[in-house]
Amino acid sequence: MYKAFLIKYSEIGIKGKNRYIFEDALVRNIEKALTRVDGEFQVTKEQGRIFVEALSDDYDYDETCDALTKVFGIAAICPTELVEDKSWDNVCKKVCEFVDRQYDDKNFTFKVMAKRSDKSYPLKSPEIGREMGAVLLKAYPEMKVDVHKPEVYITVEIRAHAYIYSKTIPGPGGMPVGSSGKAMLLLSGGIDSPVAGYMISRRGVKIDAVYFHAPPYTSDRAKKKVVDLARKISVYTGSIKLHVINFTEIQMAIYEKCPHDELTIIMRRYMMRIAEKLALESDCLGLITGESIGQVASQTMQSLRSTNEVCELPVYRPLVAFDKQDIIEISEKIDTFETSILPYEDCCTIFVAKHPVTKPNVSVIRKSETKLEDVIDEMLERAYETEEIIEIEPE
Amino acid sequence: MESYFDNAATTRADKEVIDLMVKVMDEDYGNPSSKHTKGMEAEEYLDNARKIIAKSLKCDEKNIVFTSGGTEANNQAIIGTALAYEKQGKHIITTSFEHASVLEPMIYLESRGFEVTYLSVDNDGHVDEEELKNSIRDDTILVSVMYTNNEVGAIQDIEKLIKIIKAANDRTLIHVDAIQAYGKYKIYPKKLGIDMLSVSGHKIHGPKGSGFLYRNDKIKTGAYIYGGGQERGFRSGTENVPAIAGLARAAELIYDDFSNKHKQMLLVKQTLIDGLKNIDGAVFNINRGLDATVGAPHILSVSFEGIKSEVLLHAIAADGVYVSSGSACSSNHPGLSGTLKAIGLPDKLLDSTIRMSLSYKNTVEEAEYAVSVIAKHVPVLRNFKSY
Repeated sequence: MYKAFLIKYSEIGIKGKNRYIFEDALVRNIEKALTRVDGEFQVTKEQGRIFVEALSDDYDYDETCDALTKVFGIAAICPTELVEDKSWDNVCKKVCEFVDRQYDDKNFTFKVMAKRSDKSYPLKSPEIGREMGAVLLKAYPEMKVDVHKPEVYITVEIRAHAYIYSKTIPGPGGMPVGSSGKAMLLLSGGIDSPVAGYMISRRGVKIDAVYFHAPPYTSDRAKKKVVDLARKISVYTGSIKLHVINFTEIQMAIYEKCPHDELTIIMRRYMMRIAEKLALESDCLGLITGESIGQVASQTMQSLRSTNEVCELPVYRPLVAFDKQDIIEISEKIDTFETSILPYEDCCTIFVAKHPVTKPNVSVIRKSETKLEDVIDEMLERAYETEEIIEIEPE
Repeated sequence: MESYFDNAATTRADKEVIDLMVKVMDEDYGNPSSKHTKGMEAEEYLDNARKIIAKSLKCDEKNIVFTSGGTEANNQAIIGTALAYEKQGKHIITTSFEHASVLEPMIYLESRGFEVTYLSVDNDGHVDEEELKNSIRDDTILVSVMYTNNEVGAIQDIEKLIKIIKAANDRTLIHVDAIQAYGKYKIYPKKLGIDMLSVSGHKIHGPKGSGFLYRNDKIKTGAYIYGGGQERGFRSGTENVPAIAGLARAAELIYDDFSNKHKQMLLVKQTLIDGLKNIDGAVFNINRGLDATVGAPHILSVSFEGIKSEVLLHAIAADGVYVSSGSACSSNHPGLSGTLKAIGLPDKLLDSTIRMSLSYKNTVEEAEYAVSVIAKHVPVLRNFKSY
């Protein structure tokens, strides 16, 4: 039975002197992810490797693999057999048993890879590989050695214990969350924004999120949907602080005072301003949106230019060049799609212009906004005062 | 103040129902199939419940099969009949504005080679009698028609429809979805010639997860759920004794002093109509003549032009007024109500319609309060009409 997992990471390896920061973040995130899995685990870092060892016999193997495939920074996971008695005879016996258990059909080509960090071990790495190959050939004559392009690599590592593995599960790649800083995600109930958050987080970015709701016109179900979406992506991103902002008053004022075909653009400009203020207060280094060029009227290049100019922080738009179908595929993969398509009105759909402006002129928009001058500061103040913060933890 | 006008979705269980159910779960918790005293006590609740329900329908006790609710009763009636009678024919007739628990079984049967005719309805939600007559064929095994439409409260003249059906093919069975009608009308299936009738408990202040199917002696359908042979083999599974006892208690209560309850519903409905008619742009869908006695006594469908019903619904809920939107949809998901389309509502009103559904327990004061809240919000929301 597999009792350990060897964690391979790629990009971290090239980070020079800061490498330990990335490795420590990865160890932390793995430990955190495994708290959701049945069983006790020990995560250790040694000589460019991270080992996850199951301390309890009844740990859930499938759940463990599933949790590890969601930790950014992991390139691959090798379920590993741990052999405590690393005497040569015992290791040979265990390797034969391992091969027998894992491969019913032994008609394959293989190569034994050996690594020895215990330098006091009687055999050197090349010897281990050669001798073990011979042992296997003797035990299972159907197997054939191919040192150039084997179908199966059987790896034997001699450390404090002996480790045997041959299987590799691809990890999610990217970098460990917490190794790159933090950004504020504008999270709606739609398909795109959770995907955008997921993608940026994959680059090691910790996520805070902001949701704008419009009670009583939007329902608590719409809010719950956003909480559910945040919880779904938190499986990847780690805990998320969700800022809920009551946007009703501002939205109503915009509708009352500004031209109706500019409503959405002006609304989005205020959302960006609010998001930036919250971001700066929370030490975020940027904003994240799910915008994609031309997808809707408020995401044309002209519209993006108009909404972009109100903030100084960089706005990360990982989906900017994605087609809808590509975004949907990712949302299905990260299990947010079903939730995203629940049909609740959100603050963007309550009052929408029949023919919104698709090529807004920035100076016209700026001029329209001046109509809010008398009231907007107070309204923003109230919106910040009534901010609700929900701490989202992965389940 | 709280005004709950969503009783067609579900009702609050009556206190007496709750007390009885607690007693059954706490004291008389036996399995009716057990041979000892505890089992017998539980069985008595079932017998008694069956007696009460049979009396309310003026039918024999053996014609009542308890189910997990209205949906199961409808499924059993439709799919059960189709399977049992497919040698006689594979044609079924229903209407275009049935509840999903009738329409979805029909769609399933279509996928299994049955042919289903969906009758159109007029503005009042009435089936066209000529169309019905012309649709019946030699191989028509079943006609399923709802007594009261759940979304707009349209009532069918069941007696007349049955005469037409029987005259055209006397072998055709008749199923009536009476989930929104039982407790609002006195319904006697034998006199009307109804072969199967579905009822749900939680629409009459009974518990959720309770209901029954009336099926007369000539119905040959077999078991729908197989197992221990409960409910004379038609519906296996340990009987939900507390729910069945609660359902029967609710039925007893709702038909007690029935005419006054009926009057109270009409009074409250008329109060709603008289109040809402003054709101600019209010359109009543079945009660166009502003007369509460038209359509079901407990359902009022009203549209407010230029308003999104879901937005209105949330706005008035914040003031304690609870209603349903005619359709559950948003701009992202235009799954507009089939019923509203079927009765010919113009497109611009499909998304602007609310259903207010009441119980005899609602008061005139609650109706007046609901009207005042709706009257307060509609003009505000309409100010921002721009879609």
